[in-house]
Amino acid sequence: MGVVSSKLGNLGVVTTSLEDAINWARTGAMWPLLFGLACCAIEMMSTQASNYDLSRFGMELNRASPRQSDLIIVAGRVTRKMAPVLRQLYDQMASPKYVISMGDCASCGGVYNNYAIVQGVDEILPVDVYVAGCPPRPEQLIHGILTLQEKVKTERWADWIKG
Amino acid sequence: MAITPVAQPTESVAKWEGSVEELRGLVSDRAMTGETLLLNMGPHHPSTHGVLRLLLELDGEQIVTCMPDIGYLHTGIEKNIESKSYEKAVTLTDRMDYLSPMSNNMVYCLAVERLTGLDVPERAQAIRVICLELARIASHCVWLGTHALDMGAMSIFLYAFREREFILDMFEMLSGQRMMGSYFRPGGVWRDLVPEFMPALEKFVDFMPAKVDDYESLLVSNPIWIDRTQGIGVVEPEEALNLGLSGPTLRASGVNWDIRKAEPYSGYDRYEFDVPLGEHGDVYDRFFVRMQEFRQSIRIIKQAMKALPGGPFRSQNRKFVPPPRAELGQSMEAVIHHFKLWTEGFSAPDEEVYVSIESPRGEIGCYLHGTGGNKPRRVHFKTPSFMHISALGAMSKNHMLADLVGIVGSIDCVLGDSDR
Repeated sequence: MGVVSSKLGNLGVVTTSLEDAINWARTGAMWPLLFGLACCAIEMMSTQASNYDLSRFGMELNRASPRQSDLIIVAGRVTRKMAPVLRQLYDQMASPKYVISMGDCASCGGVYNNYAIVQGVDEILPVDVYVAGCPPRPEQLIHGILTLQEKVKTERWADWIKG
Repeated sequence: MAITPVAQPTESVAKWEGSVEELRGLVSDRAMTGETLLLNMGPHHPSTHGVLRLLLELDGEQIVTCMPDIGYLHTGIEKNIESKSYEKAVTLTDRMDYLSPMSNNMVYCLAVERLTGLDVPERAQAIRVICLELARIASHCVWLGTHALDMGAMSIFLYAFREREFILDMFEMLSGQRMMGSYFRPGGVWRDLVPEFMPALEKFVDFMPAKVDDYESLLVSNPIWIDRTQGIGVVEPEEALNLGLSGPTLRASGVNWDIRKAEPYSGYDRYEFDVPLGEHGDVYDRFFVRMQEFRQSIRIIKQAMKALPGGPFRSQNRKFVPPPRAELGQSMEAVIHHFKLWTEGFSAPDEEVYVSIESPRGEIGCYLHGTGGNKPRRVHFKTPSFMHISALGAMSKNHMLADLVGIVGSIDCVLGDSDR
């Protein structure tokens, strides 16, 4: 509470709803899964590296284990061979969990309308935010993440229970 | 609003696991009785550089067999190209080896040019060389960052990506895209150098050598780095050739083979540069060779900048290259060419060619077979990552499991390159 008390001075007490407090905590420390598929993963690495510095948004820590992560950024084309693996990773994540579909290939198959590529990762996962681009610029990915954070902030008790 | 997922996980995942019996003949008999341990490394693993799956047979921590399983990123690019006209396919080649899209563009454009007999102006050749060498540096930056990250050196990653961003900014000036520029086209490049490119490039060649020294000094004087790389994953020169290695991975074993020297393309014979060679063929030498290549690339860029010829940036052969916008208002012929090229594209004879170039990873080759029409019959890419991944078994035999991480990093494999 050090930050809050220093900002509020002698006011002492802050009241908020539990919903808002939990949502605030969830948006501020979202840990993405260390998971990359293709070209978009390189842009995702750029986003995390020095110039774009994703840790400004509370996301500097990529977890290699799906058990420890809240967010999976599907960065790249999902092939039919990879799809079951991806689904398994998603199932291993603990709720609440979020999915960002990064890039055209993950969102809709992109330029690859063929036998090998799943035509959009939403065929196998429920996607929260789609980020367009081939590959999206780091700014676009950051925008997608901020959009997801806005979405998380509006979550309600009733939705959590539904799961 | 929750979206209902279509596929349910349980059945498909259970099939993917497989049984030990299916592996008879691939692993030693000791694995059948359970004496040695079978372990999956990947397809989701932080240090396999993408979606490589390695099936390992372990005796304690020692690797008995290492079987790479690729195809998790098989995209069907070669098949897709068969349904595109020659110029449209450039876009697809970008996305194979996504760390150096320029090299893929180059090998494909060279194949098309050789098949059709299309000329490439001197200026375009020099621009291509500059871009290829910048791509090599950018690719090596990613390799260095991730390789060092795998071995536990975090800060190198941040430094290397900082310099890579500068190169991507320059690519964006040229092509409008950071990574997938499709800047090379059959007959030259998409457009001429923009005015702000040369000052940026000059700045880059000025500051980059010092940065490379920084990277090197951070690693070569680090005892952990030395311990984890020297004497690991040794490949003898003869074995390296038999395994089909190429590029820095081959040169680290001391084999002097660089396609830029052996079969020069795009005017590489006009530039002076050395081919750095290793002595021992271990992980450290592969690191050492790539670090020297940073410097040689900068050297080539400096020469190309100095001797950059004027003239057109793309072939003037209107049967293959669309006319500039200005001509369309004045010449009926230009309108016809424009219409033909953008509706149908150009045709190539029913012949086959094979072209190979030196990509940052090694020899990337393009086999192209025309039909006489505007689409190819067959395109096949011979990619260095595929060869290097297939050599992992031989490289990692009898090493510790932890060393495998270094070996995988040192061959600089890109799964998009191997699976296509």
